[in-house]
Amino acid sequence: MQITVTVNGSEHTLDVEPRELLVHMIREDLRLTGTHIGCDTSGCGACTVLVDGQPVKSCTMFGVQADGRSITTVEGMMTDGALSPIQAAFKEEHGLQCGYCTPGMMLVGSALIEQNDDPSDEDVRWAISGNVCRCTGYMNIVKAIQAAAAATRDAAVPASA
Amino acid sequence: MAQTTDEIRGIGHSVKRKEDDRFIRGRGNYIDDMQLPGMLHMAILRSPYAHATLNSVDTSAAAAVPGVIAVVTGELMAQHNLAWMPTMSGDTEAVLVTDKVRFQGQEVAAVIATDPYIARDAVDLIQVDYDPLGVVVDPQSAAADGAPVIRDEKEGQTDNHIYHWESGDKDATDKAFTDAELVVKLDTFYPRSHPSPLETCGCIADVDPATGQATIYMTSQAPHAIRTVFALVAGLPEENIRIVSPDIGGGFGNKVPVYPGYVVATAASLLLGHPVKWIEDRSENLISTGFARDFHMHGEMALKRDGTMLGLRTSLQADEGAFHADAQPSKFKVGLFHIVTGSYELPSAHVVADGYYTNKAPGGVAYRCSFRVTEASYLIERLVQNAAYELGMDPADLRKKNFIPEDAFPYESATGFIYDSGNYEGAMNKALEMIGYDQLRREQEEMRAQGKYWGIGLASFTEVVGAGPHKDYDILGLKMNDGAELRIHPTGKAILKISAKTQGQGHETTFAQIVAEEIGIQPEDIKVQHGDTDNTPYGLGTYASRSTPTVGAATAMVSRRVLEKARKIAAHLLEVDEDDVEFTRPNFTVKGAPEKAVTIQDVAFAAYTNFPDGMESGLEGSYYYDPPNLTFPFGTYAVAVEVDIETGVWKVQRMVAVDDCGVRINPMIVEGQIHGGLTEGYGIAAMEQITFDENGNCIGANFTDYLLPTSWETPMFELGETVTPSPHHPIGAKGVGESATVGSPAAYVNAVIDALQPFGVTNIDMPLTSAKVWQAIQDAQAATA
Repeated sequence: MQITVTVNGSEHTLDVEPRELLVHMIREDLRLTGTHIGCDTSGCGACTVLVDGQPVKSCTMFGVQADGRSITTVEGMMTDGALSPIQAAFKEEHGLQCGYCTPGMMLVGSALIEQNDDPSDEDVRWAISGNVCRCTGYMNIVKAIQAAAAATRDAAVPASA
Repeated sequence: MAQTTDEIRGIGHSVKRKEDDRFIRGRGNYIDDMQLPGMLHMAILRSPYAHATLNSVDTSAAAAVPGVIAVVTGELMAQHNLAWMPTMSGDTEAVLVTDKVRFQGQEVAAVIATDPYIARDAVDLIQVDYDPLGVVVDPQSAAADGAPVIRDEKEGQTDNHIYHWESGDKDATDKAFTDAELVVKLDTFYPRSHPSPLETCGCIADVDPATGQATIYMTSQAPHAIRTVFALVAGLPEENIRIVSPDIGGGFGNKVPVYPGYVVATAASLLLGHPVKWIEDRSENLISTGFARDFHMHGEMALKRDGTMLGLRTSLQADEGAFHADAQPSKFKVGLFHIVTGSYELPSAHVVADGYYTNKAPGGVAYRCSFRVTEASYLIERLVQNAAYELGMDPADLRKKNFIPEDAFPYESATGFIYDSGNYEGAMNKALEMIGYDQLRREQEEMRAQGKYWGIGLASFTEVVGAGPHKDYDILGLKMNDGAELRIHPTGKAILKISAKTQGQGHETTFAQIVAEEIGIQPEDIKVQHGDTDNTPYGLGTYASRSTPTVGAATAMVSRRVLEKARKIAAHLLEVDEDDVEFTRPNFTVKGAPEKAVTIQDVAFAAYTNFPDGMESGLEGSYYYDPPNLTFPFGTYAVAVEVDIETGVWKVQRMVAVDDCGVRINPMIVEGQIHGGLTEGYGIAAMEQITFDENGNCIGANFTDYLLPTSWETPMFELGETVTPSPHHPIGAKGVGESATVGSPAAYVNAVIDALQPFGVTNIDMPLTSAKVWQAIQDAQAATA
């Protein structure tokens, strides 16, 4: 089946088998391997991407369902070669160890900050509760998302004349 | 603790991790991210039965699917003498079944196809005829008369018993129990859990039939050991085998063993002349790869009425699954469990253990734990708390009364370990102060009066890590020593090659800091290479908290070796005698004339451009480290919980963790390791368990049945530290990766049991689900009614 999908700002026309999962389309057809697979049953969140700005576990969608939609993966988080605030914060706050859950965590975090630029501990923990991390114990992930929120707030304040 | 400047950032600096730059950009290179030209995909058919005779395997329908290149069966593997392989414990394990299946999920056949979806489709078309046999799912029934013999193919094996092992002095221990004024007993089962790294296991085998070169990209924590095992299994020349571990998405012990999928993919690549990729799905990972624990423990402690500990005895039954595949030192059948005397001056101890085959998955690995130290720590810390209750003492006071005193190190334990260093009371006092122990105890009383049940749990663990000295520690005869190679380039940048393999621990940063500390080159100028057997020195890999104790030591020692030569070159450049050269990182200066200086970078350049006559050019070295002893990290964890007795739900209110892992190389990374271990320890205490029904069906084959802690359940942690350096380690470090998983389960459980003291509950086996906690309260109430 032919579909047209925008991925990280670029439009792609793809011929996709109807049963192919979105995560496989992203990883194998588009070769964007920053989106990971951890469980096959939507239990871990390693495959999270943004579909029209909303976090979606990409193993829960077929590729064909992405027709006409806009997808953001970890590879699309940088702007003009610069790290996004959340990418920088994950490094700064030691919010990752093996790195496998990290793309999903950062994308969920960035979607949260879009909705709420000053999230509490509980807000962040609830937002990422569908994403499993086996290494960090979450505390530094929470700190990283809050630090990114703070950086985003600071950036939004108009510079004084 | 920092000794180097903020510019050099050696030991004690929280340097941001070098590896993060690729991970935060989605540029990690994990096994499933790799593609090779002409690569085929493999999927495995697994047994639905736990124990069944294999009558026939019909592959015709599968082979007829367009895109299927080959179907591999046990019969085909047997033709190449590859149907069986050795395990890490010197047992054998079926690669693909030829006679009978021995656990649910065992590998029966494999399909190689042009596409992973096609391979999966074809697996479903393989027809297998089985005759189910009687099933054994625990060591008690494995030992029973008339139990079906699981390993009937082994010559001389007439029952399910694998080994009997003892440690300590039985007579002295028996005497202690005769003399005892109080004996405290505990029967507890440490359940089967699974390390479940977020990335499953997998490989790409690439065998060139023309040259015989076999390159296997693999999620391995121990690539060098795997290479040797492959040479032994396949009879391939070892120099033609290259194991490459790319970025690994967590290991926790799960990625130490050799799994049948690796062997089948390699054989298939050899036969087909194409690279073959095999990536497990999560269910395959949970039902067939290295589990942990599954350990039935009986412990008894002999005490005097004043609380003095006299002796400890334990009897243990290990459920090893269908093949004895523990990854642990050959000499020690239940790992280092005999550290069970823990942090206490116990004059006598005796450990008896027996291992049994059952119809369950093999691969007893230590889930974030150094060879059953977790089980040992859990047993002693649970026993101590119950002893305190029976004596009417505060559990903190009973511990303090019996701690090995600070001035008694090096201390020889009743089971023969020589503890290197410790200050147990110091760590405990810090933890008690941080959590406000005395105040909490008072509040606990007040809360009970209001019908609220608070509990305070302690664990004062001592680990034993860093295996190990060649005299006692080997796997399959391979000594557990590790290497490092350091090469400094003309521009003063360096490459460090290590035998360890990071799975998230941050080796690319930490090990660069050790070099920075020793020779003054900044961490960002040192590339750390690891995971590729062609390009790194031999060693047994990263597990059991051994990287820092062994490879970290090798890194310090090779740096010192290189520095010796650097000093000679510096003397040459400074035109003075070598004895007149002083080194204050990064400068070599002349004694008494500090204005005359050359940097390590100047020396590196001179090593290739301007070195003394008669000296070899270059600035490099290698070192293989044989640790003189193990290291003994320790700490005290203190947990406060509230239990809702109406529902059995318990919540962690506070979790204080004071760790002493000796010198901390990168405090940020150390704390990250502790956070992770405390979380996995919480998971084990609260929810993680792989269970089986009576037919051997695995319950826990996905993340909705095998529960992992999410951000929502995971407690907040408050960390503290004390620093007692290891006296025998070159930089005084002890290793920390597993302390928190070893120490914390007992602390969580002790807290819940403490909360339930008004009901007289003395034990609940992990995981402490709300249902089990509720049931324990009901049972205790019924017993006293």
